[in-house]
Formats: sequence, structure tokens, C-alpha cells
Amino acid sequence: MKAETQIRFLLNGAEVALSDVRPDDTLLDWLRLARALRGTKEGCAEGDCGACTVLVGRPTPQGLVCEGVNACIRFVGSLHGCHVVTIEHLRGEGGALHPVQQAMVDFHGSQCGFCTPGFVMSLYAMWMQDPDPSEAAVEKALQGNLCRCTGYEPIVKAARAISSYGTLEADFLATERASVAQRLAAIRAGGRVEVGTGKDRFVLPASVDDLAAVLEAEPTATIVAGSTDVGLWVTKFMRDIAPVVFIGHLDELRTISEHDGVLTIGAGVSYTDAFETLSARIPALGPLIDRIGGAQVRNMGTIGGNIANGSPIGDMPPPLIALGASLTLRKGGARRTIPLEDFFVAYGRQDRLPGEFVEAVHVPVPAANTQFAAWKVTKRRDEDITAVLGAFAMSLEDGKVASARIAYGGMAATPKRAKAVEAALLGQPWTLATIEAAMQAYPADYQPISDMRASAEYRMLAAKNLLKRFFLAHGGAEMPVMVTRERAA
Amino acid sequence: MNRHASPSLTAKAIVGGVASSQRHDSAHKHVTGQAVYIDDMPEPAGLLHAYLGLSTVPHGAILSMDLTAVRAAPGVVDVLTGHDMPAANDISPTHRHDEPVLATDKVQFLGQPIFAVIAETREQARRACKLAKVEYAEEPFVTDIRDIDRRAGKLVTPPLTLKRGDAQTAIEAAPRRLKGTMRLGGQDHFYLEGHIAMAIPGEDMDVTLYSSTQHPSEVQHMVAQVLGVPSHAVTVEIRRMGGGFGGKETQGNQFAAIAAVAAKRHGRAVKIRPDRDDDMTATGKRHDFVIDYEVGFDDEGQILGVDYFFAARAGFSADLSGAVTDRALFHCDNTYYYPAVKAQSAPLYTNTVSNTAFRGFGGPQGIVGCERVIDEVAFALGKDPLEIRKRNFYGTTDRNVTPYHQTVEDNIIHRIVAELEASADYAGRRQAIAAFNAGSPVLKRGLALTPVKFGISFTATHFNQAGALVHVYADGSVHLNHGGTEMGQGLYVKIAQVVAEEFQIDIDQVKITATTTAKVPNTSATAASSGTDLNGMAAQAAARTIRQRLTDFAAEKYQVPADQVVFLPNRVRVGNQEIAFGALTQQAYMARVQLSATGFYKTPKIHWDRDKGQGTPFYYFAYGAACAEVEIDTLTGETMVERVDILHETGRSLNKAIDIGQIEGGFIQGMGWLTTEELVWDAKGRLRTHAPSTYKIPLASDRPKIFNVTLADWPEAGEPTIHRSKAVGEPPFCLGVAVFHAISDAVASVADHRLCPRLDAPATPECVLMAVERLNREAGRPA
Repeated sequence: MKAETQIRFLLNGAEVALSDVRPDDTLLDWLRLARALRGTKEGCAEGDCGACTVLVGRPTPQGLVCEGVNACIRFVGSLHGCHVVTIEHLRGEGGALHPVQQAMVDFHGSQCGFCTPGFVMSLYAMWMQDPDPSEAAVEKALQGNLCRCTGYEPIVKAARAISSYGTLEADFLATERASVAQRLAAIRAGGRVEVGTGKDRFVLPASVDDLAAVLEAEPTATIVAGSTDVGLWVTKFMRDIAPVVFIGHLDELRTISEHDGVLTIGAGVSYTDAFETLSARIPALGPLIDRIGGAQVRNMGTIGGNIANGSPIGDMPPPLIALGASLTLRKGGARRTIPLEDFFVAYGRQDRLPGEFVEAVHVPVPAANTQFAAWKVTKRRDEDITAVLGAFAMSLEDGKVASARIAYGGMAATPKRAKAVEAALLGQPWTLATIEAAMQAYPADYQPISDMRASAEYRMLAAKNLLKRFFLAHGGAEMPVMVTRERAA
Repeated sequence: MNRHASPSLTAKAIVGGVASSQRHDSAHKHVTGQAVYIDDMPEPAGLLHAYLGLSTVPHGAILSMDLTAVRAAPGVVDVLTGHDMPAANDISPTHRHDEPVLATDKVQFLGQPIFAVIAETREQARRACKLAKVEYAEEPFVTDIRDIDRRAGKLVTPPLTLKRGDAQTAIEAAPRRLKGTMRLGGQDHFYLEGHIAMAIPGEDMDVTLYSSTQHPSEVQHMVAQVLGVPSHAVTVEIRRMGGGFGGKETQGNQFAAIAAVAAKRHGRAVKIRPDRDDDMTATGKRHDFVIDYEVGFDDEGQILGVDYFFAARAGFSADLSGAVTDRALFHCDNTYYYPAVKAQSAPLYTNTVSNTAFRGFGGPQGIVGCERVIDEVAFALGKDPLEIRKRNFYGTTDRNVTPYHQTVEDNIIHRIVAELEASADYAGRRQAIAAFNAGSPVLKRGLALTPVKFGISFTATHFNQAGALVHVYADGSVHLNHGGTEMGQGLYVKIAQVVAEEFQIDIDQVKITATTTAKVPNTSATAASSGTDLNGMAAQAAARTIRQRLTDFAAEKYQVPADQVVFLPNRVRVGNQEIAFGALTQQAYMARVQLSATGFYKTPKIHWDRDKGQGTPFYYFAYGAACAEVEIDTLTGETMVERVDILHETGRSLNKAIDIGQIEGGFIQGMGWLTTEELVWDAKGRLRTHAPSTYKIPLASDRPKIFNVTLADWPEAGEPTIHRSKAVGEPPFCLGVAVFHAISDAVASVADHRLCPRLDAPATPECVLMAVERLNREAGRPA
């Protein structure tokens, strides 16, 4: 197949064409070093502090989507057909500050100022979606932005006042939306893109079929969807990831459909894109997804990638296992579908053949009589990596446990079913005594480790207590059984 | 901001004088990305990049260091070891010769810099560092002071003892007594801008450094020492830092020294910026402590005698550990009078990074230890801790002598706490919480109100000095420079307000300029909350000198008495006429009046005899109080801060907006220290929490759901400070203690407040859940 040999994208409205890009060049370094756009800062180089937040606009079948992303772990090669907007591009009407910027100034939202461009970009992304945000919406929009000076209070106040400084209708990006979408669509109209030579190259396949072909020819290539994990292999471990196959641009992989009560989620669907459907169809997943990374990570990171990389502390596998999800893997033209829980073989080892890729995950919507919950326990409530995550799907008949699927993250080298606990519950009456008996079965399922996130002792105790919470939340208690961020009326 | 507006000549008041809520001077640059940090500066042609190679064992002799592959790596220009330091491989800030730039014969913590690669790009330098082959003869190591005999451990610097009365006798004679131990964790600064330095070599011995430092003069002295050149050859400049919090008081020396040495070796500019992980691994943090306490008290909760032992993990070298642990002792009284007291410090040697200054500088640790004692007394007597706090407050005319024999002369804590207790409805919510807890088996609420008294001044008396340089140009615009550094705290704008006030000109007529050792020499660190107090007075003195010259000039020229020369907003009334400020300065210039002046200030009254443990180390105290309500989950230990009310005083505030920002930000930082921020070293001596993925500072969603911050508007500084304002940098950090005690109160509810939870800090979910379990066990309840 004949391929384009350069990537093209828009930077602050102007087209850029690059042929001398390495597969692991990050957007942040490129902006700061190659383009001398130094308003975007490096705070951590791992997608956790948000100082490097920029907007990336991408064409979708529903129109142009403009999202905040972490430039530090975003690869330049993945930007083909995107619009990158940095802090330097922001402007208000008639040379004034942009409404987001003016609000931040007036509410004293900056002190040292180093995190500020990232905050401005995150707030801008939020404001475009939600011009009149609640305090909760602001907090959610800022989960991926750290400030060490202000304590956030003035920033939240500024965020809620943005619309008093200007309207979305007059916003410069909003007015350019249609023309930008057109320009990006024209860039994307080309076929496969291949930049670089030999091992040191990256490919953007033209389609999923093309992806299958590329991977068959290059089975050791690193597949990169959102780069929220692979990005750190580069910035933190300095691993050589070439050759790279980028898949984030493949709309075919970014679809969600439902047939006969089963949701099929394409491997390229981001957490952000999955949120609406998943939280509507399986409400317990909404609050869980809200606590995965920050907005920037959810905008980039994919459910497929979270599964494919097999982390023992990935947040989606335990609930999906509890729900009985399955996975479609594809190699060339051949597909196979396996239970998700069977995919995780051992620490760092998944049931994925060379040249094979995760194409979709299939998630059964729980039946009406099934109670489902998934809870994550972390040191800090938001944007933290799981210490323990428990997911429970259970049904009762005649007051007895008729079915139970329980899975945990953070308790073993892989996301893992609690089969001994399930066995202790099955057929037993739905009482505290049953729960307490089942809590005794945990050591048969798990021997967790101690690390910087939690001790083994705490992990075990919290894991057991999550089962107790599940009981209390489903008929065992009248009172609320978990702390929430919601404010009392 | 491109064109400069002409000042109004009819205004009733200037724009931006003192006691006005001015925006941060760089706010518009922060929000547009135009504020220049060192890594954003245009780079000199031929710039080289340095990167640090770190030790991979916590303790041992370096047997060999094979750097062949490092030198051969692409782009590598040079590799420096400690032997390449031209004059001295020594950056120990207290001159104990215990801290090398690069370790040579032995390493003392995992992550200690042992070599530096100089390469054409930062990426090349960083990758090359991984190619070193270093052999060590590993030796036993200690990372945690809980693993050693804290009373007999090796110290990095001499300890301090404070004594007043006979504490042991008083404790033994008291109707009640108890003792305990508390562990209190450290804290990483997590400034968003990591350490960075750029050195540009000059002629002769000269080198200019751009260094992200709170202490340019010390960087200057250290670089001069390492290079073996006079201080005059080294110029250090810093326009702004992306946060400091104490982490850039001494810790920037290493980076500056390496950049300077490499720059002079190669005659090229050199920049060094570690990755976040290396920054957190290789630079010092807040000291963690183990605090032993014994207290004697009566049945009403009056403390009669108390004995503290404050053991701190100092790390491998002294750094500022002496002064930090001293300050822990200076605050072991917080707002309370001890009839008899003994307090000892132990800055213990460990094979960990050398701990350093961090907002509060040991003071918060002293306060946390003190408040634990108050809690113990309250639980022992079954009383509300707030009652015990109030019962032990310093008096205003008696019971007012501190453990270091300074008399507290400005005590306003009674009123602060009374007002907060009322405005926060402490009593009403105490009842409501008890009712809530009675009906809530899983979730429990807790409430606490804790006070703060914080001593203001450097305890090293000679640091309490500052200089400033003010130029008035002929057109009436003003160039302001002083020894303080801007790290986000709003120092620059406050000092500009002071100068604008003196000249009665709008603040945008005052040019704020980067701190540089070339303009104001021998400066102190911008630390100890003293930046405004010291530099404000120095700048005011400089401005007054020039104003006096202008007054004398105008009086003579217009033949009026000097008292008829009055500085009005943007103009000067001379007799019956008003002259624009810029017109008068033009006339003064033509008449050859000197329009430039230096100013100097030294804090009066203070003195300190460390050997005796007696003196007046503090010019004054700053006061505040916070009331926090939290909810905890007794199944997981997760916590949520429901509401916080703060009443804090900053004297007659120079800038309320800036001060409130310091209070809110300080509080959240203090709360983070005591809740989610946990430093973990593993069994191999590795710091495992070295990036935001593993080290969790508060987020927006960790703020109290309801957060009421009020500046007490009635106090003013009792001493003639700059416009009777008070320092605000560190005191509000200590307000975060209220959240810790509210969590403790919630935990205590599982055992009906009969047992002191003895919570360790930080109160992570794990720490909270384990405390709940322990209390359930001790209360004889099933889990």
C-alpha cells in the first residue's frame, strides 16, 4: 500500500507537515524545543500534574471534538489530522484576555503561575462543554491539574465565573469550528501514513483492516492508542518502543453499540467517550470512571488499552470481569472471542499472540435482578492509582445468593476473580452472617503485597470490608455507607 | 499591557498603594503563558545540558566508577565527578563539610548524585547517565529512625534543649500523668517547577547563573566556593520560581554548582534540569519526626509539666536540620503555657536524602506534637479537647513565658478562638455530630478547632537583615530591586505597593525587577515568612531617602518650608502649586539630585543564646485558628473534609487578596501533609513515592466542601513592622492541623471518645482504618 510519508496537523490554526518525527517524540518537547512555544510547562512528564495541558481537536462523525490532553505523554505522531491549541493561541475579543484568563486574573487564581497555563487550558476545555459548571463539574474538570500554591479555592471560583467574561458564541475556537473540521477532514482523507524508516518508524493505518495487515507484517510493533501508559515507558523508563502503530485515529475502533443486552466497545474508545453510555446503562460504572486519572487521561486513555496492557491495577478489568465481559482479539482476518478474565495470564503476560490486537470488549448489561457495584479505594480520592478495587455482581432468589461474580484489582498480580468468596456466598441467605463467613474466604483467593500504595494487611481488610459495604448498600443498612463528595443540601 | 497609561494627576488615591487588594504582578503573564521561568528563557547559542547520575545503593564505598560507555554515548561532551570540582567539592550550607556536590568515595543515600553528564541535548545527557557501571561495597544502612535508638543515634548537627522549671518533678508531682509516642511523616515540596539552573560563562573568572532559588546569595557563595573564585565573580539572578516552599532554600546549590563548573570548563552555557523523579529522589524534604512526650496535669486539664523528645530524620548531612529541629522545639508550646517544660531535639543521621527547609521549618511538627498532648489530656479526662486548649492558653499578663524564656507580649489567641468558636458554631455542631454518629454505624463525623501561634524571625539572628535598591528615573518611573525572591507568594507586588505608597505614585510606575546578587548583596534566604517584613522595610528606607532628597530639592527650589512639600497621588504639592511627580523628578535630575538609593533594615530587639536556650528569637507572633469537620468511612478509612472555618490575622494587611491566597494555600498544603501525602522508603532504601503518580498532594476535590476563610480585621502588629502588617507565609500552614484532629475525633467516636486514637500522620485511609480497628479492639467491640 502506498503511504503518505509525513504527518500533517494544525498547530494554533496553522498547518504543520512533518516528516522528521521519531515515533517517541512527545508533543510537549516538540512544542517547547522545536517550536519555542514555552507557555506549556513540564511538571512531571507522566500525565499526572496537568502543567502541560493543551487542547487537541479531532474530527469525529459527530463533528469536531476538542479535548484537554497531557502533551508530555502524547506522541507527535498520533496528531495526524488533529488541531493542537496551546496557551499562546488563546485570546479574547479585541486583543483582550480570553474570558478564562481574565477570570483567573480577577479571582487571584495564580500564585507561582507555573501550573496556570495548564489550568487555563483545562478550564477552557470544560467551559466549551459546560459554560455554567457546577462546583462538582469544575472539580471533575480539574482532577488532572495540580496546584501547590493556591489551595484551588480561587481557581474554582474563577471557573464558575468564566461566562460572565464572555460567551461561547463569540469564542475564537467556536467560530472556527466548522472550518477547522473541514481542514482536518481533508488531511485525514489520505490513506496510511508511514513516517521514518526501518525499525525507527511509525505507522498510522488507514483502517482496521490495514491495522491488521500492518501488525501481521510487524508483530513486535508497539500499539499505541491513548499513550497514557506507553507514554511513561518513554518519558520515565526511556524504553525504545519503535516501531509504533498508532490507532487513536481509527474511528472504526471508537464505536459503541448494543445488541441483545451486550455493549460492544471498540478498543479505541476513550474513557471520556465511553462515559455516557456506560454510566447510563451500568450506572455504578459512572462514578468509577470519574475517578480514573484526570480529564486529560480519560480523554486519551482507552478501555481497550487498559485491558491490553494487563496492569494488575487497571481500573476497568475488575468490573468488566464481574460483569462477565468478553474480549475479541484479531490477528489478520482471524478473530477469537474469550472471557476477559482468561486474558490475564500472569503479571505482565496476557493471552495475546504476536500480531494480534484487542479489537473490542463485550460487556453484558446486568439483568434487572442483578445488583452491581464497583468501588475503588485510594490514598487520594481522585486521580490516584488503585490500592484496592472491588467489583460485585450478584443476584438473589428467595433471599439467597443465586449468582455471584466478584473481582478485584490491586489484590494479585492480575485482575482476579474471588472464586472462593463467591463459593462461600452462593446459595447462602443474604445476611450479615453470610457476609462475615465469606470474608473468611479471602485468603484463599488473594495474597496481596505491600507497596507504597498500601500494606498487604490493609488491602486484605479493605477488600473484605468492600464486600460488607456491598451488603450494607444492598439492603443491609438504612444509612449511607460511603463518603461522597456531594454536598449536603 | 503594551502601552503605558499616563498616571492621573487628579486622583484622590494612587492605584496600588498599601492595604489594597492588588493582583499578583505577574497574573496576566501567568494566564497567557508569557511568564518566563528559567527553562523558558531564550537559550544561548551552543547551550549544553547536564544531567545527574545517581547512586543505586543507600550506603557504601564506591569501589569503582566505569564511565567509559557514558563518555562514548551520542552527544556526550564531558562527564564530571566530584574530583572535577575546581576548588572544593562542598556545598554544605552550614559549613560542616558534610555535603559534596558529587559523592566521590562513598554514597550515603540511594539517589545521591555521583556524576554529571554534559551533552549537546538534555535527552542525550539523561540517556547517557544510565550507562555508568558503578561498583559499591555496600554497608548497613538505616532509613527509618524508628529502627534505631533515638536517644543514642548519630546526629548530623548538635541538638538543642529548652528548659524552664523542672519538668520531671512537676510531672511526677502532678495528679495525673501520661506518656506516649507519635510518628509524624515528612513531606515533599512538590513545587510545580522542579529545580533548574543555567550558567553562562563570562570573562575572567566570571559566571552568571540563573537559578531557581530562594537564596541567591547562598548559591553565589557556594558556586564561588566550588570554583575557587571570589563572590564578585559570580552573579545569581532569579525573576520567579514556579514554587519554592523551602525546597529551594539550599537545594538549588547542587544544580547551580554543576552548571557553573561545566560552563567554565567548556566556555559554553550549561543548563541542568532533573526529571521530576530525580528531583524528588535527590533533593531534601520536610523532616519526619518521632515525638515522645510525657505530661503531668490536674483533674481540670491544666498542664503542670511536660517533657518532649523530638527525633527527626535528618538524612545524611546537616543541611538546615539544626535550625529546623530547633524550630520544632520553639513551637512545642503552640499557644499554651507550660509551668515546667523540657524539650529536646535529635537531628538523626539516616541513609536518606538530607532533609531541608519546608514552609514552617519544623514549627508545624512542634505544633502537631503539642496538640497531641492536648488531645491526650482531653481523652484522659473525658473532656472536649477545645476546653483543654482554652484552659492552657498563654495569659496576656501572666503565664506568658515560653520554653525559650521569651515573654509573649502580643497574645490575641483568646479572641481569635472565641470569635471562631462562635462563627463556626462549634458547640451546635458538636451536638449535631454526636447525634449523627449515634445513628450512623459506618460513617462517622469528627470536629476539631485548633489554634496557631507562630514565631516570626529567623532564629539565626544575622539572617534578619535585608537590602533594597531603588532608582527613580528622570521621567518619574521607578526601578525596584530588593533581596527577596518571588516564588508565587506575592512578595514582589507587596514591596512594589510599599514603594508606590512612599512616592505616592501608581503601582504601574514601579518596575519590578529580578532578584540579583549584583544589585543587592549578602541577602538572606526568602524564608521564615520574613520576605515582606525585611525587604519591605529595606525598600521603604530606600524610597524614603530619595523622597527626602526630592523634598529638600523642592523646598529649596520653590523656597517653601519642607513641611509644605507634600506627596499627593502622582503629584507633589509644593507650597501652593502641584507638580506632576515626573516633572519634579525631571527638575531634580536637571539640578543634579541623586535619584538612586539603597535601603537597609535589620530586625530590632531579637537575640538568641542557643547554648543557654534562652533569648528573644522572635520579633512577634502571628495567630490564627481553624475549625474542621470531617467524615470518615470506618470500612475503608476514606475521609472527606466537610467544612473548614478559618480565622487568621495578618496585622494590618498590605494586600488582603494575597494574604487570603497564602492562608487558603497554606492550609491546603498543611492538610495534605497530614492526610494524603505519604513518603515511603522500601526495604532496599529506595524512595518509592517520587512522582505525582505515587505521591499525592491535594486536588481541587480535596478542598473542604465548605471553606470559609476570614482575615481578622481588628489586629495590627504590636511592633512597628512594615505598615503594621504581619507575616503570612508559614503560620496558616499549621491550620491544617485542624483536619488531622477532626479525623482523630471521628475515629475516637467508635469508642465513645474514651480512648485517644493516637493517630499517626499522615492520616491516610490505611492509617485511619487501622486506628478504627485498634480502637474497636481496645474498646472490646467486634470489628
